[in-house]
Amino acid sequence: MSAEEKMPKERIGVYVCHCGSNIAGVVNVAEVSKWAGDNLKDQGVVVSRDYKFMCSSLGQELIQKDIKEQKLTRVVVAACSPHLHEKTFRNACKGADLNPYLCELVSVREQDSWVHTDKIAATEKAKAIVAGGVSRVVHHEPLTPLKVPIHPATLIVGGGIAGIQAALEIADAGFPVYLVEREPSIGGHMAQFDKTFPTLDCSACILTPKMVDVGNHPNITMLTYSEVQKVDGYVGNFAVTINKHARYVKTADCTGCGVCWEKCPKKVIDDKFEAGLGYRKAVYTPFPQAVPKYPVIDDINCTYFQKGTCKACEKFCPTNAIDFTQKNEIMTVEVGNIILATGWDLFDARRVPNYGYGRLANVFTNMEFERLSNSAGPTGGNIVLRDGKTTPKSVGIVHCVGSRDKNYNNYCSAICCMQSLKFAHLVHEKTGATVYNFYIDIRTPAKGYDEFYQRIIEEGALFVRGKVAEITDAARNPGEEGKLIIQVEDTLVGKQRRIPVDMVILSAGLEPRAGSKELAKTFGISCSADGWFIERHPKLDPVATMTEGVYIAGCVQGPKDIPASVAQGAAAAARILGKIQQKEIALEPVRATINEEQCSGCRICNTLCPYNAILFHEDTMVSEVNPALCQGCGTCVAGCPAGAISGTGFSNLQILSQIDGLLLLTLDKKKEAVVA
Amino acid sequence: MNEETKPFEPVIIGFTCNWCSYRAADMAGIARMKYAPNVRLIRLMCSGRLDPTFVFKAIAGGADGVLVSGCHPGDCHYSTQNYKTMRRFHLMERVLTQMGLEPGRLKLLWASAAEGQIFANEITKFVEEIRALGPLNWNNSGVKVPEVAKEEVPA
Repeated sequence: MSAEEKMPKERIGVYVCHCGSNIAGVVNVAEVSKWAGDNLKDQGVVVSRDYKFMCSSLGQELIQKDIKEQKLTRVVVAACSPHLHEKTFRNACKGADLNPYLCELVSVREQDSWVHTDKIAATEKAKAIVAGGVSRVVHHEPLTPLKVPIHPATLIVGGGIAGIQAALEIADAGFPVYLVEREPSIGGHMAQFDKTFPTLDCSACILTPKMVDVGNHPNITMLTYSEVQKVDGYVGNFAVTINKHARYVKTADCTGCGVCWEKCPKKVIDDKFEAGLGYRKAVYTPFPQAVPKYPVIDDINCTYFQKGTCKACEKFCPTNAIDFTQKNEIMTVEVGNIILATGWDLFDARRVPNYGYGRLANVFTNMEFERLSNSAGPTGGNIVLRDGKTTPKSVGIVHCVGSRDKNYNNYCSAICCMQSLKFAHLVHEKTGATVYNFYIDIRTPAKGYDEFYQRIIEEGALFVRGKVAEITDAARNPGEEGKLIIQVEDTLVGKQRRIPVDMVILSAGLEPRAGSKELAKTFGISCSADGWFIERHPKLDPVATMTEGVYIAGCVQGPKDIPASVAQGAAAAARILGKIQQKEIALEPVRATINEEQCSGCRICNTLCPYNAILFHEDTMVSEVNPALCQGCGTCVAGCPAGAISGTGFSNLQILSQIDGLLLLTLDKKKEAVVA
Repeated sequence: MNEETKPFEPVIIGFTCNWCSYRAADMAGIARMKYAPNVRLIRLMCSGRLDPTFVFKAIAGGADGVLVSGCHPGDCHYSTQNYKTMRRFHLMERVLTQMGLEPGRLKLLWASAAEGQIFANEITKFVEEIRALGPLNWNNSGVKVPEVAKEEVPA
């Protein structure tokens, strides 16, 4: 580290923001501003001001005026977090013809005034923070964002309602979409529901027109029965490797006539679409309105794949469309942006043993009930007990199974109250049975929801406020024989109650999909502790992620109802359409560069890069960073033994100077560091 | 107030990563959680950017303690870089210990963006630990290395 310059080369402006009383209430901003002006002259500070709201137009104009009149070459603003206003002040500098990267925003609010109570200590700390910023900014260099082209195609992972909505929006705007879906058909969970709240629209009736649109759309390439294996590249230029699982059906020849599954002798319990209540065959489509219409052969259960015999489907297929020799196909697509809309899994109600699911026959989950009630379901829409015959005369609906529960998931699953009320209505309508709802709170926030609740009350549904303790078939009192007894504390009455019913429906909560963590890693995004994918900002940016070019939509971001999933799918699509229209995107110029002359060819940096952004030239025996692939983490900068790699935006000189600045107050004289 | 009875206020330099730990500090601020004012943070893009030279510089400059913070292992925004931080930190800790620094003066803290409370608590705890160790006395020992005149490297 060279000795401090006697003549500062830069002209620095320091601006300390009051932020109303947010900063000024704890930090003496006038004192900090005066201190900077007096003590940091030899660093180059020529003007130092404090102002009420630096981010306001007037505050920004203050900076711009000084840049022009005082010929400032660097700006330091001490205010809120750079995550909020770094762009604001950079743009202000740009407006005054100063390169935006010559501006540094240091936080004296989130890092100082908001977290400390000692006003004197907070003011001293603010001075140190400003000094750190000033020392650092001296070494900033003018930078230009890197422009990369945006590929117009988009990848959407997940063919549920959120993915379908996003796909249609982008495709309707004229741009190509690849829609990847793990199941043989798109539709997701919404295809399983009977009616949707609060309108009681038939779920399939409102979903299937959109599914058909997707299937017919010239701009959408559906890749069903497929999964994403690998993602390479960066925003605007992703290369995605997809495994198309073999259907064993030639889609060019298949007419969807259904003779194959009619003739197939192998019945399999359908634990996906029918929630384990019904059967499908080894060759099947998940439901009649499947898009695409082509069946798949489940090679785990198919007799031919297991034992080498049968082949009934092949024998009877009128167009010879069965092909047992088909192989999985690995393909790579190039896209500019990605939307993850992979949805949710149901909480496994067997984890709550006191509710008896899986042990007591007539305890059903919400998804099982949807299939019971659905007219295309295994009971033809008749609400009957497990024996397939008996209509229940009394039904208990248990809310919050696995949700709002420290033992399982702490969060609220958002949709189960409305779903439970919907069930109450369907049971009442189809069977006239007495319905009990066991709830903690009734959550009906959206349009038409509370009105629906009032309607259900009018229909005669009974509500008991209390968390169900136990569901048992052990009768204790007369009238309980042969029934399921719900033991619950009725908190409004203040008594324990034992309520005998014929059928129990557990409103199990929503959980992130199994394998979410691995999926997140594949796409380079993060999951929260609960497992839902993390959005860029919980209030203001719910569909973007921290990774440029990757968006999230629907329940993958957290439990929500269908209108909210549709809105998020459309929002992610709109964002992407905006980027595609601009044809290129500007990447932050925080990158690493290798000084060829200093590089010794040791290649330590090559292995440090998770993006494979560093190439080694065999002929010149030096490494080189590809600026488009480099994400600017700086690990190679820190790892180079020769110090041959520099990181723009966070260079060694900048950080070492910032350390000097931050420690200025602890040094009674300006001591020079012993370490270079 | 008597100089001798004033409690020693340590100065600690903290290195945070832009994505998780800096946001955890921001989160603590937004939620108005209170912690000790002795830590001054530097924002890096990734904890993997941490060159051990920065830590040496901070200590040589008079910091009584250094905090290194990043995303939880497995959650690094740049995929695997915090593992490299981990390796460097432990090696650096060994080297500094051999040079005579108390190991308690260095701290490695993983914090996710939602863990503002944890961040605040850990800082307060660390400050007290450093306070108990006392001020770093390195400026009292050792000799200032004389400046060598720059020599032109022969072409």
